[in-house]
Amino acid sequence: MRRRWMSAVAVTVAGVLSLSACGGGGDQKGTGDGQAAAKKQVEVFSWWTGPGEADGLKAMREIFEKQNPGLTFFDAAVAGGSGDKARALLSSKLQANQPPDTFQGHAGAELQGYIKAGKLEPLNSLYDELKLKDVFPQQLVDQLTYEGNVYSVPVNIHRSNVLWFNPQVLKEAGVAGPPKTIEEFVTALEAVKKTGKIPLSIGSEWTAVHLMESVLLGSLGTDAYNALWAKGADWSGPAVTKALESFKTILSYAGPPQDDWQPASKQVADGAAAFNIMGDWAYGYFHNPPDGGLGKKSKEDFDWAASPGTDGTFMWLSDSFTLPKGAPNRDGAMAWLKVAASKEGQDAFNPKKGSIPARKDADKSLYTDYLEWDLGQWASDKLAGSIQHGVVANDAWKTAITEAVGLFLQSKDAAKLQQALVEAAQTNNQ
Amino acid sequence: MSRVKRWLPGLLLVTPSIIAIAVFVYGMLGWNFRLAMTDQHDEISAGKFVGLTNFVSLWDQERWGISVRHAVVFTVVFVGGALALGWLLAFLMEKGIKGEGGFRTIYLFPMAISFVATGVVWRWLMNSGQGEQAVGLNRLLGALGLGFLENEWFRGQDWGMAAMAIPAIWQMSGYVMALFLAGFRGVPEELREAARVDGCKEWQVYRYVVFPFLRPVTLSALIILGHISLKVFDLIVSVSGKQIITDVPAVFMWVAVFDAHDPAKGATIAAYIVLSVAVFVVPYLIWNARREKRS
Repeated sequence: MRRRWMSAVAVTVAGVLSLSACGGGGDQKGTGDGQAAAKKQVEVFSWWTGPGEADGLKAMREIFEKQNPGLTFFDAAVAGGSGDKARALLSSKLQANQPPDTFQGHAGAELQGYIKAGKLEPLNSLYDELKLKDVFPQQLVDQLTYEGNVYSVPVNIHRSNVLWFNPQVLKEAGVAGPPKTIEEFVTALEAVKKTGKIPLSIGSEWTAVHLMESVLLGSLGTDAYNALWAKGADWSGPAVTKALESFKTILSYAGPPQDDWQPASKQVADGAAAFNIMGDWAYGYFHNPPDGGLGKKSKEDFDWAASPGTDGTFMWLSDSFTLPKGAPNRDGAMAWLKVAASKEGQDAFNPKKGSIPARKDADKSLYTDYLEWDLGQWASDKLAGSIQHGVVANDAWKTAITEAVGLFLQSKDAAKLQQALVEAAQTNNQ
Repeated sequence: MSRVKRWLPGLLLVTPSIIAIAVFVYGMLGWNFRLAMTDQHDEISAGKFVGLTNFVSLWDQERWGISVRHAVVFTVVFVGGALALGWLLAFLMEKGIKGEGGFRTIYLFPMAISFVATGVVWRWLMNSGQGEQAVGLNRLLGALGLGFLENEWFRGQDWGMAAMAIPAIWQMSGYVMALFLAGFRGVPEELREAARVDGCKEWQVYRYVVFPFLRPVTLSALIILGHISLKVFDLIVSVSGKQIITDVPAVFMWVAVFDAHDPAKGATIAAYIVLSVAVFVVPYLIWNARREKRS
C-alpha cells in the first residue's frame, strides 16, 4: 500500500514539475535572451532567406558589423515568400510584448495594424537626423506617412506594374510592340489567341489581384487610382465599372492558372504564352543562371514594358525596417536602421536582391539592364502604391479585396466584384 | 482513513492531466466561444458581448457558403473513399495473401507522412496543365492514350474538392485497412465454422457473421476520418494555398485571424468547426458509454 502511495505522489509531482518547467523555462529563456541582447546582439527579423535576398541581407550585415564593432547581428529570418509565415510568427511575438529589435514589413498600409496597436515607434527624428526626406522621393514619404508620422525605413523598391512579354510570340502574332493602352492590350491578346498560344499567363489567386491593380491603374489613371485610397473615396463610379469590365475582358484571355507566379512567368520565357503582368522580381527569375533562374537573355527571350496604360507611373512596393516599442536593444536597432537607410547599405543590398534603392542618390553604375530602366523610371515617374503588396490597403482591406477577386474568378460577375470592392472600402477605409 | 487511502492515490495520479485538459482544452474552448460572441473585429478594441450575431451573419457571406460546401464534398468523398478502399484492402488481405506483412507495411506507409509532404507531392501530380503543358497525372494519362481523362483536378470549379480528397484517401486508406483487418481478425473462427456447419455459403458467412462484427470498427473509422476531414487545413494549404477555389472553414479561419486580423470572425468559424466535429463525436461517445454500461 505504502509503495502505491509513494509512486502516485512521485508521478504527480513529476507531472506538476514538468508542467511548471515548461512555463518557467520559456520565461527564463525570454528574459535571458533579452538581457544578452541588450548588451550586444541586434535581432533583425525578416523573411529574406531565398537566393539573392539572403545575399543582399548578408552584404548589409557586413557593413553594419564593420560600422558597429560593439554589436552583433542576429539573423531571425523566417522562410516563406512574401512573409506569410514570418508575419504570423511576428504578430504572436508582438502580442506577447517580446518584439525583435527591428523587423521587416512592407512599407505603407500593411504596417497600420501594428501602428494602431501601438507596437511601433515613430521614426520622425531619425528622418530628420539623416535628412531622409531629401533623399527619398517626396511622394514616397507622403505615402509612407500615417497621421503625420513615419514608422519605417524603406530599404528597396520593387515595381509592380510591369508587362513581361515574349518578343518572338508577339512577332508570330503580328503584334508590333508592347501595347500602350488597355484597348491595345486587348487587341494584342486577341491576336495572340488566334495563333493558338496562351495570350496571358496567370498564377494562383493573388496573381489575379496583382493583375487587377495594374488594370485599375492603367484604366483609371494615376490620380484617380490614388484617390481610391483617400478617406471616403467612392468605388462605385462608372470609371471603376469600366476598369473592372476591362479586367474581366483581359482575364478571359488568361491561360490555365498555374501554381504560383514562377510557372506563369516560365510560360512566357518558354514561348508558351505571350504576356504576363508581374512584379519586377520576375526579372531575376528570367535572367539569373539556372539553379534559381531560367538563364534567359533579356530583350531577346523576354522583354518588358510598363503595363498597359501605366507608362509614366511607377506602382511601387517596398520592404522596410521598423522600430518596435520595447525593443530590447533600441540603440542597436537604430544603428541597423541607419545602415538600412544609408546609400552604402542600399547599394550593397539592392543589386543582389534585384531591386532598386529607395534613395534618389544611388550609384547608377551598379544597376544594369532591367534595373537601369527601373531606376530611370523611379527618378522620373509619378508614384502609385500597390494593393497586393501592402502599400495602399491595410491587411483587413487587402484581405477583403483578395476575397472579392477570388469569388470573381469563379462567378466572373464584374458588377458583383465592384459591389464587393465598394463594401470593402466602406468597411475598412476609416 | 482507509477509504481515503483507496481513492486518493488514483486521484493524485490523474490530477495533472485533469488540470491540463481543463485549462488547455475546455478552458480554451470556452474562451473561443466567448470571443466568438463579441464584436472584437480587430486586435486592439476590447469587444462587447453581441450574442450570436457573428454566428448568424457569417451565413450572409458568400465565401462561407462556398467553404462549407467544399468541406461537405471533401468529407463525403474522403470518408467514403477511404472507408471503401480500406475495407477492400483488408478484405483481400484477410483472404490470406502471401507476404501479408509486406503489403500491410506498404499500405500503412503513407500514414507516416505528414499531410504537408503529401500535399506538396500531389500538387505536382494534380497539376491542371493539359495537352502540351501536362505534367504529373495528366501527363501519365496522356502517355497511356487516355488523354480524354485529363482534367483540371483540384482547380475544377464544381468537383475540385473531390479531387482534393484523393491525396487524403491515398494517405488514410492504409490506416482504415489496419482497423478493418483487426476487425476481421477479431471474428472468432468458431463462429465461422459454426455457420459453415449450418450450411452457410462463403458469402453468407461474411454477410451474416463477419460484417456485423465490423460495425463498431466501421463506426470508429468513420469518427476518426470524419473529424480529420472537417478540420482539414494542412493538406489544402500545401496543395493550393489560401485560394477561394479550394477554401474550407479551417483555411477561412486562418485568413480571418492572421490576414484580416478579425479575431471574432476567426473564433466564430472555429466554433462552427468544433460544433461540426461534435456532431460526429458526441453521439459516438454516448453510444459507447451506453454499450459499456450494458456490458
